Amino acid sequence: MEAPVPVPPLPHSTRTDGYDGSEMAASTAEESVIETRALTKRYGGDQLAVDGLDLTVPAASVFGFLGPNGSGKTTTIRMLMGLIEPTSGAASVLGRPMPRATRTVLPHVGALIEGPALYGLLSGRDNLIRYDSADPAADPRTRRTRVATALDRVGLTAAAGKKAKAYSLGMKQRLGLAAALLQPRRLLVLDEPTNGLDPQGMREIRSLVRELASDGTTVFLSSHLLDEIEQVCTHAAVMARGRLITQGPVAELAAGARGRLVVTTPDPGDAARVLKERGIADLTVTDDQVTGEPPGPGTDLAELNAALVTAGVRVRGFGLERASLEDAFVALTGEGFDVAG
Amino acid sequence: MSQAEATAAGTTATAASDASPVRKRIWTLGLFRSELVTTFRRWRTIALLAVLAGVPILVGIAVKIETSGGSPAAGGGGGGPAFIAQITNNGLFLVFTSLAATLPFFLPMAVGVIAGDAIAGEANAGTLRYLLVAPAGRTRLLLTKYATTMTFCLVATLVVAVTALATGALLFPLGDLVTISGTRIGFGEGLVRALLIALVVAASLVGIAALGLFVSTLTNSGIAAMATTVGLLITVQILDQIPQLHAIQPYLFSHHWLSFADLMREPVYWDDLLKNLGLQGLYAAVFGSAAWARFTAKDITA
Repeated sequence: MEAPVPVPPLPHSTRTDGYDGSEMAASTAEESVIETRALTKRYGGDQLAVDGLDLTVPAASVFGFLGPNGSGKTTTIRMLMGLIEPTSGAASVLGRPMPRATRTVLPHVGALIEGPALYGLLSGRDNLIRYDSADPAADPRTRRTRVATALDRVGLTAAAGKKAKAYSLGMKQRLGLAAALLQPRRLLVLDEPTNGLDPQGMREIRSLVRELASDGTTVFLSSHLLDEIEQVCTHAAVMARGRLITQGPVAELAAGARGRLVVTTPDPGDAARVLKERGIADLTVTDDQVTGEPPGPGTDLAELNAALVTAGVRVRGFGLERASLEDAFVALTGEGFDVAG
Repeated sequence: MSQAEATAAGTTATAASDASPVRKRIWTLGLFRSELVTTFRRWRTIALLAVLAGVPILVGIAVKIETSGGSPAAGGGGGGPAFIAQITNNGLFLVFTSLAATLPFFLPMAVGVIAGDAIAGEANAGTLRYLLVAPAGRTRLLLTKYATTMTFCLVATLVVAVTALATGALLFPLGDLVTISGTRIGFGEGLVRALLIALVVAASLVGIAALGLFVSTLTNSGIAAMATTVGLLITVQILDQIPQLHAIQPYLFSHHWLSFADLMREPVYWDDLLKNLGLQGLYAAVFGSAAWARFTAKDITA
């Protein structure tokens, strides 16, 4: 696994719009962008949706928020956005307590929560104008320009005049993203942003996320797709049944689960024998593949390969398969990545 | 970080802080204007206004047909809405008749639909969460919704009044009119009275608008909120007709509605008019506060 490239944060003055700039810049330069302490939400007496969450999202990270459907991700996001009052515990966003500081914090936050929601009778452009006029910090004089820029950024310029009810799910998703990008943001909260998109759309969203992150925006990305998180995120947290299981840099999380040595060959029997002689443990043999635990630091992989070839094993492929986040998840929870009951 | 970046960052920050004082001054109107456009563009709103515009036209045509035989409509003197017998003499009376005909049900029903849909409709469509994270602000959004509903009250009343005036002018003669007290006033004075009456009728709807808005904060279903509000309206109208309930009737929001006719007396008889306006204010205060208390504390899960 590649180590995440640390993105140098831009000075925060570029991301504030003078609303209450200096104070917030000072508070977040060192601290995390999102911080929760024992954050808990209980619905209707006994059902714990989120249970004692301690989450820390570092500034300028692309933070993957993972968990099966129903694990409490969306409830957490709604609490962070001030839509839901926590039952107990505390949350702060951009260094301010939520939901108390919604008015000062949220103009700096772009959000896509549980899919897009649009006014079907309004055009795509008018939808954005409506959402922008709901933001008291948005300058009405630059509204049209900012709306056009946001539409262009998500590739919707051609369909901007069409009524939103005629949009496909993917187009609605893009329009929702455009609404989150109406202003320069310090934090983007994207809940399942690639839902309903075709593979091309997914790639575009991923490159958009990378582009935003390289501008210094912190991106908080929730998903139940592990490979999506692995492709774009520098940090990740995993939730299951309302609890936080782990959090940290993606590289460290994946390192927690060990990779596998994989040899592809038409002679799996011979290969297994040679590998066993060389002290490789936990061998698994399939039709044309032998996998095992990677050798200790004393063994050179090249020599291992040479030994196989010398023994007459025809090697098609040889290498270490790095641990995926999914392996890490299974190692952590001892179970698959399925919907929580 | 390079020197160039630092300079660019500094410039952006300066430019942004220059613009911020202006921003704070204009924010309220932006959301209100957007709300008006969104409300009056809906087919539902247009259909409601069309129905309201249809009432005076129907009444006007009916009166015209009824009296075209030559016999004045004196036979049914006691029946029909107020002022209906005077329409043939003066088209301006169609304004009063139409308002008297629509105020008990059509107008408040239309207001109930708009008010009931105000918050619940947004919740139903999911747009409420995006307005709130924009962040519209809960109090500000509620005030905007109430202001929009009141604007609708006024627009709906004026639609009835203006269509009635146009229909009346087209079908019947216009001229001096006789007040309920028997005195004669000029047509210009009559028009002023008509406008005053329209304003009082619009103000009579303030109570149900607040009630509808409160109901709207209780549910995530626009249809349920509209149905509840209209149901409450019907219930109140029925309770107001049961003589045994006279003790509670002065507190029903519809009890003094038809007092607007007192503006056609000479001199104007203010007692019931003021009671009506006071009662509407009370409803607005009570249910407005209830809506605010509910909406600002509510978990937005839709």
